[in-house]
Amino acid sequence: MSARDLLLFAARALRGHRLRSGLSLLGVAIGVAAVIALTALGEGARRYVVSQFSQIGTNLLIVLPGRTETSGGMPGFGGVPNDLTLADAEAVVRAVPEIDRAAPLVMGSETVAWGERQRQVALVGGTHEMLEVRRLALARGRFLPETPWDRGAAVAVLGQTLARELFPGTDPVGEVVRIGDWRMRVVGVLAPRGMQLGIDMDDVAVVPVATAMKMLNRRSLFRLLLQVRGHADIDRAREQVRRVLVERHGEEDVTVIAQDAVLSAFSSILGALTMALGGIAAISLAVAGVGIMNVMLVAVSERTREIGLLLALGAGRRQILAAFLAEAILLSTAGGLLGLAAGWGAVRGLVALFPALPAAPPAWAVAAALALSVAVGALFGVLPARRATRLDPVAALAGR
Amino acid sequence: MIRLEGISRTFRVGAEPVHALVQVSEEIAAGEHLAIMGPSGSGKSTLLHILGCLDRPDEGRYELLGRDVARLDETELSLVRRHTIGFVFQFFHLVPRLTAIENVELPMLFAGVEPEERRERARRRLDAVGLSPRADHRPDQLSGGERQRVALARATVLDPKLLLADEPTGNLDTHSGRQVLALLEEMNAAGLTLVVVTHDPAVARRARRILVLQDGRIVHRGSGERIGDALAVLQAAEDEERAG
Repeated sequence: MSARDLLLFAARALRGHRLRSGLSLLGVAIGVAAVIALTALGEGARRYVVSQFSQIGTNLLIVLPGRTETSGGMPGFGGVPNDLTLADAEAVVRAVPEIDRAAPLVMGSETVAWGERQRQVALVGGTHEMLEVRRLALARGRFLPETPWDRGAAVAVLGQTLARELFPGTDPVGEVVRIGDWRMRVVGVLAPRGMQLGIDMDDVAVVPVATAMKMLNRRSLFRLLLQVRGHADIDRAREQVRRVLVERHGEEDVTVIAQDAVLSAFSSILGALTMALGGIAAISLAVAGVGIMNVMLVAVSERTREIGLLLALGAGRRQILAAFLAEAILLSTAGGLLGLAAGWGAVRGLVALFPALPAAPPAWAVAAALALSVAVGALFGVLPARRATRLDPVAALAGR
Repeated sequence: MIRLEGISRTFRVGAEPVHALVQVSEEIAAGEHLAIMGPSGSGKSTLLHILGCLDRPDEGRYELLGRDVARLDETELSLVRRHTIGFVFQFFHLVPRLTAIENVELPMLFAGVEPEERRERARRRLDAVGLSPRADHRPDQLSGGERQRVALARATVLDPKLLLADEPTGNLDTHSGRQVLALLEEMNAAGLTLVVVTHDPAVARRARRILVLQDGRIVHRGSGERIGDALAVLQAAEDEERAG
C-alpha cells in the first residue's frame, strides 16, 4: 500500500465525520496558535528591551551610588554613606585609560516656563559628552558647551515635545526660559528620540550638570556613564573604576555594572520567559492530543465491522495500524497548519495594535509547534490504532 | 484443493466450553460447488471462518492448496486471504463512505496495485456483475441486490481460488437472490471453488454437494439433486434442538 493511497484512504475516513474531525483538529489548531502567539509576544518583549538598551550606546559602564546589597533606602536616592561626586567622576576618567568618554548625570523634575506657558518636565543635568554617550542628536542649535564639569552655565537644551509646546511656531534657540527659579538661555533643541529606558527624551530640559546639582540641591550624581574604548576592555575598566572609587571613599559603596551584561541578562531572562510561555502553550497541545485519541477511539469502535472486513479482504495488521495512525497524524497536522495560520494572524493583529512591540514568533517556536502537532497525532494515535489491529476478525465482522 | 483432518474448535462462553466443531474431516476439490447447512449454532459459520483463515482450529490439520495453513503466521495468513480467498457476507459489508467502484478497489489498495490498474480492473469486475452504470453510487444509494453484487465483484477482483459465501441471499428478495446466485454459479462454472453456507433450500439445491452439520459434526453428506434427504436430516436436527 503506497503512502499516497494510505493518506487518501485516511482523509476519506476523516471526511466521513466532518464535525468530529473538525473539532479535534481545532484543538490542535488552538494549541499551535497559542504557541506561536505567546512566543511571538515573548520574543517581541526581548527585542524591545534589546533595542532600548542598544539605543543608549554600547560598551557602556554604569556607575550608581550605593551597593545593591546595601539595606535601607533606594540606591541612588540618598541613604548612601558617600556621595558619588563630580570629583569622583573626574578622578575615574583620569585614572582609567580605557575610558573614552564619561557622562555624569543628575535627574530631577522641574517646571519650565516661557511667558505664560509652563510645563513640568524631567530635568537632566549633563555634560557636553552626554550627546555622544547617550546617542542623542540635535534638531537645532548646539548642545551643552564643552566646559569643565564643575562649572555651571545658564544654558539649556530642550526636548522636541517641550520645545513645540512652549514655543508653538517659534524658534526657541536664543530665547530665555525660566526653569524653577532660574533663568536659562536655550541653545539647542534635541531631535525626536522617543522613550529611552523609561524617560521620554522628547520631554526633557538638559542643563550643565553642575547647574542642575545646584538647582535640585543635590550633592550626589544620579549616574555616571562611562564609555569604554573597546568591548575587550570592559571587564578590566570595570575593575579599575571600582578600585578607584573604593580608594576614594574608603569603602565599597558604589555599584558598577556593564551595560552589555545587563543587556545579555535581560535578553536571556526574556528568552527563558519566551520558552516558558511556549512550554505552557504546548501543554494545550497535549490536551488536544487527548482529544485526538478520544476521536480515534470512537472511530475504531464505530468501524469495528470495517476493520473485520479489511482483515477478511487480506489487509495486514500493519496496514490497518498504518491507516489509523495516518488518520490521527493527518488530523493533527492539519490542525497544526491551521493553527500556524491563526497564530500568524494573531501576531499580525498584535503588531497592528502595538506597533512599538516588534512581536514575531522565533523560528524555533514555529518549527517546534509544527513538529509537536505531528508528534501529538503519532503519539496519541498509537493506542487507538493498536486497538484496531488487535481485533479478532470474526468478532469484528460480527460487530463485537 | 482443501483437506480438513480432525478439525476441532472450542469456544469458552463464560465457564462453559462450547464445542463449535468436533473432529471434522472433509475434502473439497477444486471447482466444486458445496453448500453447508445446519441449525443455528451447529458450527457452520465457524467452519466457514476456518476455511477462510479468519479463525484457527484448536486441533486438526487444514491444508489449502497443499499448504498447512494452520501453521502460517499472521502476515502469511493475510496474504492467503488476499490472494486465494474471496468472502461474501449476508450483510454485504460494504464501506459506506466509499462508492461502489472504490469498494471493489479496496482489496487491491491493500495489495499495492497501481491506481490506474486498480480502477481498470474494478471497472471490468463491476461490468461483469452488470453494475457499471452504478459505479459512482455509494452503498446507501444501491438496492440490496446491487450491494451484494458489488460485494461479489470485490470478493473476486484479485482472482481468488476459493469463494466463501455466508448466507449470500439471506437479506435479499427472491428476484435479487436469484441474480446473485446466477452470478455465483457463473463464477463457479469458470473454475472458482464455491462454498456457500445457507438456510435456503433454493440455494442449497443448486450445489453439487451438501453437508449438514449438527453440534459441530457432519451428520449428512448429500447432493443438490437429492436435497430432500438433506432437508429431512436438517428437520430432524432442528426438532431435536427444539426438544431440548
